Amino acid sequence: MGERSGALTTARITLLLVAVLVAIVALAAVTGPYPMTLDDVAVAIGARLGDGPSSGEVDTVLFAVRLPRIAAALLAGAALAAAGAVYQGLFRNPLVSPDILGVSAGAGLGAVTGIFLSLPVFAIQGFAFLGGLGTVALVYLLAGAVRHHEPTLVLVLAGVVVGSLAGACISLIKILADPYDQLPAITFWLLGSLSGIRSGDVLGATPAVIVGLVPLVLLRWRMNLMSLGDEEATALGIDPRRLRLVFVAAATLMTASVVAIAGIIGWVGLVIPHIARLMVGPNFDRLLPTAMLIGAGYMLLVDTMARTIATTETPLGVLTAFIGAPVFIWLLATRRRGW
Amino acid sequence: MVTRLRAEDLAFGYRGHEVGRDLDVELTTGEIVCLLGPNGCGKTTLFKTLLGLLPARGGRVLIDDMPIASLSRSEIAQRIAYVPQAHDAVFPFTVADMVLMGRTAHRGLFATPGMDDRARAREALEALGIGDLSDRDYTRISGGQRQLALVARAIAQDARLLVMDEPTASLDFGNQVQVLDRVMQLAGSGLGIIISTHNPDHALACATRVLVLHEGRLYADGAPLDVLTPALLRTIYGVEVGIEVLRDGARVCAPRYAARQ
Repeated sequence: MGERSGALTTARITLLLVAVLVAIVALAAVTGPYPMTLDDVAVAIGARLGDGPSSGEVDTVLFAVRLPRIAAALLAGAALAAAGAVYQGLFRNPLVSPDILGVSAGAGLGAVTGIFLSLPVFAIQGFAFLGGLGTVALVYLLAGAVRHHEPTLVLVLAGVVVGSLAGACISLIKILADPYDQLPAITFWLLGSLSGIRSGDVLGATPAVIVGLVPLVLLRWRMNLMSLGDEEATALGIDPRRLRLVFVAAATLMTASVVAIAGIIGWVGLVIPHIARLMVGPNFDRLLPTAMLIGAGYMLLVDTMARTIATTETPLGVLTAFIGAPVFIWLLATRRRGW
Repeated sequence: MVTRLRAEDLAFGYRGHEVGRDLDVELTTGEIVCLLGPNGCGKTTLFKTLLGLLPARGGRVLIDDMPIASLSRSEIAQRIAYVPQAHDAVFPFTVADMVLMGRTAHRGLFATPGMDDRARAREALEALGIGDLSDRDYTRISGGQRQLALVARAIAQDARLLVMDEPTASLDFGNQVQVLDRVMQLAGSGLGIIISTHNPDHALACATRVLVLHEGRLYADGAPLDVLTPALLRTIYGVEVGIEVLRDGARVCAPRYAARQ
């Protein structure tokens, strides 16, 4: 009885979130310096589906600029929220964000190096992606080399150490970079932005995010056991060491592919899983889709604000921090169900 | 069906730090074995070794004559369940979800619990008299209820042997009695239970056999009435204790408080 009503509530919440998401997408599509109505959007999409693209400006703005950016925001938000939910469960700590193991710092170092070397955009993205994956791999190897009966603690500490090392390298490159040409690009990238997104970026990042998502969906029940700690999880019949490797790899892949195209966007992976947990509880079965829906909608809303509230683009990281920090404090102050 | 857990010539502890050695321990279905010993004598470490959570530092642990090291984690979990001390969960899982986690060893890698698993979890909750807690958050029930929920999870795990680490520690008096009562019922229904406790009265109340761990060795192993003597309690705990026989034949420990002499 209880279970059924729980499932009903979850279904209702999911439906509501999907409706809100669709509304935000519609809002984002019509908002911007080039004004268009929902009708214009519908006509342009209809034309593409039917006789091929119309030659109007609406088509250009929509398909070359807005829709890729909307897709990128949805992808980034969903992926960061999913990765955050994974890491929070894995490290049994609700204050953990997707960059706990240094993926952002590593990706940042990769991207900053690419900008410093004046490489083309796709190479900068490639550097960022590999930097993120490489850093987490290094952290994992380091932690594995240290024999300790608290493997998660060692992992987090190794992440902090390697992350701050990468941060130091980023600072060094900033000092060496050309202050008029490279430094603004570096700073902007480190604060996260979707302003330069092309549809190719989205097409490149989506498969990596999906590859990361598949094990999360398949192993979603076991994710719950991971949050009990290694000993209990082992006694319940699973192998937490191996599973942790899979989960870390999956969440890192998702985060790194987002960071590569959008820069470092903080707070989303930290705050969104909390809100999702408040709505549907900690069972990963429900938490994962809910967090992804909220994350996608939130990111798109914030990105739409980022490109409209001022004449110049506001970096995403600035907005997510301004919104995320107060929301997080509010969550801390009012939490009733535990985490 | 008899399931037997046996430790032969066991040494246990952590890397570079042996906690105990030369232990022979046996547990079969239907028994309640009580493990007594002072704080820090290694009861928890021994249990973790018996469960295969820590590798044996010497000797070996066998389940049904198979070395535990040769079994997969799910094979072990199908035979032997662990009831940790009631703890705070980080996330507010419902009691039903918490108990459902006990079903994991019976399902495939990618499976989520099905209807029959839910039914089994509900049965386990009912068996422990906490069916009404099913939809509550595990983080928002009392310590005694959490302990019972963790026992329910072990029942749902359908293992024939239970390892319970101080299930009565940090519980109030009423909950201690309730938990011990459930333990006796479970043994009566054919489970084998090894339980550690700080209270020799609990061993006198429910144990079919008592093990005493002292200074890293198995100091005594036998029937409660043979093992739990004033002399042994003096050696282990360093206090004077009398064993009194009640009118109904039950025995209890009566400490001799020095200040009252």
